[in-house]
Amino acid sequence: MSRLALGLSALVATLFLAALVVGPAPLGIWHGLQALIAGGNGPEVLVMREIRLPRALLGLMIGGALGLAGAAMQGYLRNPLADPGLIGVSGSAALGAVLALQTGLAATVALGLPLAALAGALLGVGLVLALAGPRGSSLTLILAGIAISALAAALTSLVLNLSPNPFAANEIVFWMMGSLADRSMTHVAIAAPLILLGGVMLGSLARGLDALTLGEDAAEAMGVNLTRLRLVLIFGTAAVVGAATAVAGAIGFVGLVVPHLLRPLVGAQPGRLLWASAFGGAAMLLAADIAVRVILPARDLKLGVVTALVGAPLFLHLIYRTRQEGL
Amino acid sequence: MLAAKAGITAIGLLAGTAQPALAQDVPRRVVSMNLCTDQLAMLLADKGQLISVSDLAHDPRSSAMVAEAAAYPVNNGLAEEIYLMQPDLVLAGRYSQLATVDMLRRLGIRVEQFDPATSLDQVTERMTRMGALLGREDIAADQITRFDQRLASFRDGIAPRPRAALYFANGYTSGDQTLAGDILTAAGLINIAAELGLVSGGVIPLETLAMAEPDTVVTGQPYPGASRSEEILSHPVVGALQAGRPSTSMNAQDWLCGTPYVLRAIGQMAELRRDVQADRERQQARK
Amino acid sequence: MTLLTLKDFAVTRRGRDILRNVSLSVCPGELVGIIGPNGAGKTTLMRAALGLIDHNGQSTLAALSARERGRAVAWMPQQREIAWPVNVQTLVTLGRTPHLGTGQRPSAADQAAVDRALERMDLQSFRDRTATRLSGGEQARVLIARALAQETPLLMTDEPIAGLDPAHQIATMKIFGALAAEGKSVMVSLHDLGLAARHCTRLIVLDQGGLVADGPPQDVLTAERVRVTFGINAFLQNTPEGLIFQPLDVVA
Repeated sequence: MSRLALGLSALVATLFLAALVVGPAPLGIWHGLQALIAGGNGPEVLVMREIRLPRALLGLMIGGALGLAGAAMQGYLRNPLADPGLIGVSGSAALGAVLALQTGLAATVALGLPLAALAGALLGVGLVLALAGPRGSSLTLILAGIAISALAAALTSLVLNLSPNPFAANEIVFWMMGSLADRSMTHVAIAAPLILLGGVMLGSLARGLDALTLGEDAAEAMGVNLTRLRLVLIFGTAAVVGAATAVAGAIGFVGLVVPHLLRPLVGAQPGRLLWASAFGGAAMLLAADIAVRVILPARDLKLGVVTALVGAPLFLHLIYRTRQEGL
Repeated sequence: MLAAKAGITAIGLLAGTAQPALAQDVPRRVVSMNLCTDQLAMLLADKGQLISVSDLAHDPRSSAMVAEAAAYPVNNGLAEEIYLMQPDLVLAGRYSQLATVDMLRRLGIRVEQFDPATSLDQVTERMTRMGALLGREDIAADQITRFDQRLASFRDGIAPRPRAALYFANGYTSGDQTLAGDILTAAGLINIAAELGLVSGGVIPLETLAMAEPDTVVTGQPYPGASRSEEILSHPVVGALQAGRPSTSMNAQDWLCGTPYVLRAIGQMAELRRDVQADRERQQARK
Repeated sequence: MTLLTLKDFAVTRRGRDILRNVSLSVCPGELVGIIGPNGAGKTTLMRAALGLIDHNGQSTLAALSARERGRAVAWMPQQREIAWPVNVQTLVTLGRTPHLGTGQRPSAADQAAVDRALERMDLQSFRDRTATRLSGGEQARVLIARALAQETPLLMTDEPIAGLDPAHQIATMKIFGALAAEGKSVMVSLHDLGLAARHCTRLIVLDQGGLVADGPPQDVLTAERVRVTFGINAFLQNTPEGLIFQPLDVVA
């Protein structure tokens, strides 16, 4: 265990505990944790086990998923601007999820919701990679991302506007910005299988992504199967981003900020960056979700607002630096 | 003539209730473009006096008088279509379709706006005003008497009062100074929104709802088609609060407007209250 | 035993013959220079021989599994790509990739191979430097060290000395020569015919997709060949120092 691994684990554990003790119900820290572990009949148990625990678990899982997906896409494209939210993968996943919900597929097929979001994400990743090319230049990558995000957002809005449910149209902002409010263990169960599967898939890419540092030709000649790597990357990313978006909406910038901050700490090695970004993403999303509850406790402030406020300035900085380096 | 109509409108607005209309001023072609004025007008209007109601009047989720509304042509609240109906009185809500209302007034059409009712007292106020506007004061007085009698019958001898939570999409609830709050009170229930300091509408976070431990939770009925806003109504916490206890979902059409149909809502809630009390007695007997 | 055999080897792209009818073998102990004008097919020959692009005919390397091939031949492409600011040690260790099992970390033996490669390229003092911040020439040497660390019987490099200063060009060619003397083989494409003539044990001349000459430098680099293939007149002389080649002028 390196110092970084210890530090990140400690950070995630601390934030996870903090996420369990922050909420509108006035429970003491020990009282709350006791109710969580020991159980019983009181309302405290209900609050801890059915409200705060699923919320914290989702923050952990989804943050980890987004951090991991960002690190994997950046490693593959060899471009620090790749983020599932920015390049339209999350948006496409949201479209898939909304379609599943409004057609009733989500209610009739087991895991129909996350699988539909996966299909949407798959389309998004596929389009981005096809448009940006094997080594996506920043320009084509961002342009492709803008186009796909805009199209996915428009179609999502259309589907929600056509819904017979008057509330659906007001939920465009949820699907665009994401939130963990009022989620339950059901959502944990919906998202967990695909996030775990996709996480394992992406985690297996470490060596291939390391080798890609030298370019596709050199990596392939060193025994890396690029076709397989590409497929695993696409499916892995679609699985984690799809499942995350299906239950929490599209949350941007986690996959951008976290790999950027951690890259120097792992010696810039794309392989080591994978697991580090999974931890870092979990920490960032847990922190963001604590922030939305502390800043505006009564309102459902969207998670994507907080992550964008942190991430967008960094994104601008990265673009500026990319320009200096001549794309 | 125009000036006279404008004058009447102005007086009506200032007074808040309508002035008694002279027999020759009784409107002959009345168009309603608001769900609540639709229902008040259908209850009180003379045969042939009301010539159109809003589209919502035909929506069984919103309207308590769908069957009656079937007899009336529908309008969608557009100035053009309403103008072409050549009404001599248009009934509208206070906060909706303001552009249409302005347009109709510019065209010289008399428009009367109704505030949404926020208490049971205002139900009779609205009926009195509608009766006056339509020149049907007698019918209105008649219905008000019956309404008051039935309302009084609910208010007799209620104790102890169970604590109820109204829980709608997005965790929204209604406080004490709302029609829904009054309905609960009239049915002999305590609205926990008031305990939590909510006067009008507001949000009760799930955690707060769980900690408040209401005796019963009344949820809104979900619309067809999925929405995240309504998912909260099937959250395990709401399920746990409802499990093994009497609870119900509301028929929104009886709660939305200040019409005598609120009596049905009060009746439903009174039944719920009796169920809760019976349940409580059973529990105590078991102990 | 041969390290690479091509038989009736050809590459066609969009209906055009990029490479046709090439047959050759590389044996241990050879330093093979691949020369030819721009567009002659030098890069295509090496990439297709590795199996990185579609081809017709036989290549013993392309027939191997990806993993076996990674242990049989090291490939240093012309694009000197270093995507991330990793340090030199990390970059050179990437050369050990084909020798590692799934999830296996580099062992002491792998580290020893890395150390040998760094030492050979005189890069020990660069070990902890960030590769992306080095000069172009230094990066080229680091990338050669990466290929050396792969410790394969055959090394294929595409214009490895382009952009190096004369001392490092000569030093690099001498390192390749030393590898050949140890019994390994190196295939190197290059444009500097003077260095090719002096250091290579064998030259392969490509022109318009065809193999036009294959043999020791003094046999291949004739005034006639240079004029026909490269379109230049050159000074050529066998000296005790070896074959001296100096281009003089473009053929009118």
